[in-house]
Amino acid sequence: MNWSPELGSLAVSALMAVAAGLIGSFAVMRRMVLAADPMSHIALPGIGIALILRMNPLWGALALLLLGAVLIWAVERRLRIATEAVIGVTFAVALAIGSIITSGEQLIDALLGSPGTLTLRETVFGIVGSLIVIVFVLRQRNALVVRLVSPEIALTSAIDVARLDLYFLLAFALTIGLGLRFLGVLLMGSLIIIPAAIARRFARSLGTMLALSVAIAVAATAAGTYVASLAARPSGPFIVLAAGGLFFLSLFRRREN
Amino acid sequence: MTNALEVQDLGVRLGAMDIIRGVTFDLPRASCLAVIGPNGAGKTVLLRALIGALPHTGKITWAANTVLGYVPQRLDIERDLPLNGRDFLRAKAALTGSSGAMQVEALRSVGLAEETLSMPIGNMSGGQFQRLLIAFALLGRPNVLLLDEPAAGIDAPGQAQLNEVLYGLQAGRAMTVLLVSHDLSVVYRYADHVLCLGRHGACFGPPRSALTPETLYEVYGQPLGFHVHDHT
Repeated sequence: MNWSPELGSLAVSALMAVAAGLIGSFAVMRRMVLAADPMSHIALPGIGIALILRMNPLWGALALLLLGAVLIWAVERRLRIATEAVIGVTFAVALAIGSIITSGEQLIDALLGSPGTLTLRETVFGIVGSLIVIVFVLRQRNALVVRLVSPEIALTSAIDVARLDLYFLLAFALTIGLGLRFLGVLLMGSLIIIPAAIARRFARSLGTMLALSVAIAVAATAAGTYVASLAARPSGPFIVLAAGGLFFLSLFRRREN
Repeated sequence: MTNALEVQDLGVRLGAMDIIRGVTFDLPRASCLAVIGPNGAGKTVLLRALIGALPHTGKITWAANTVLGYVPQRLDIERDLPLNGRDFLRAKAALTGSSGAMQVEALRSVGLAEETLSMPIGNMSGGQFQRLLIAFALLGRPNVLLLDEPAAGIDAPGQAQLNEVLYGLQAGRAMTVLLVSHDLSVVYRYADHVLCLGRHGACFGPPRSALTPETLYEVYGQPLGFHVHDHT
């Protein structure tokens, strides 16, 4: 079978949306709504460094995202301060550094996502990375639920809370890395958070939450990508517009209690 | 080690403040320890240190093969969290390899109807959620149960039922129970040992000898009136 860049991009965007819907569900339940955007900003200096080194910007972004996740985890554990505060400060600094070392059209691509199909390497990374996130969330969902309700109960349920937190942050960072090519630094956080935020309004159980969040993320990605292809524009803003539109529509329907 | 727990010179410091200092006690297996003391004396901190959630000085030694079940005092849970009781219980059951029958048994032990499991945990009453937490703690066959004011938020008949449940578990399953309680009549009725954390250090012993009016005055800083029920 011949390699088809279009088919590869389609598969990656669908799997990336599933990963975003799953990790976003737990991020929203863990009150990391405001953390997703600034966290994605750390990719920017990585993109800048990769461009200076004439590498694919995606690898630089990914390296910095994973490093950032470890940094947040370590600082939070050592200083015992809220994740959001650590993420907010670290990534505001990262955005400042990134915008200094990246410039012009490259900066726009990094911020909003770049048009065009994926290379074979990017496709393989997208598929493998998405599967890692999907398998992590589905396999660890019970531990994540108990950790969410109470870290102390998690400790007495034989859960290594520190390790679980690190893996969660790494999966979160990886998910941002997966979507950077499509949505860019500024918008990827939205695809993780918006579908899960909509799902949370209606879900009354974990299964419904995960299923709804994934369905909305995939629907927004499909609709945004389709409209973008008709308009011959980068897909990122259209995907986020679709997700944002669904969120505002969801406000018209009252949540059942 | 014949004891379920041995604690030597335990100290916990949070920020610049010593919350617990120099606490030493041994707890025999299958006994019930009540931890009492005024607000801010460090009862919750003690339990959190015992389960390994807080850094501490001194030595905490649990018997080999100890399986802990922990019921925290209060949980900071958002009311619209999309998790129902079944999600919560299933999560622990999956982690501990507990069967569906074990889940039903845990629910029965705490007197919680199975229908309640369909409710989002944020919609449960304080008493329902507390019972769910105890049922959760019972999964995985713990041999030590740590409960931080388990009766808080439960109505009076519910409290009496809960106390009987806990006593039944301790006696029937030979469980060691560590219980934070403000209710001294419960302490007299159910506890074999009492640890009082007060403003001027700690005391430890059987309730009848440890809880004298003088000790209580020293622990709480004021005279306390209470009724003693014989455990018959």
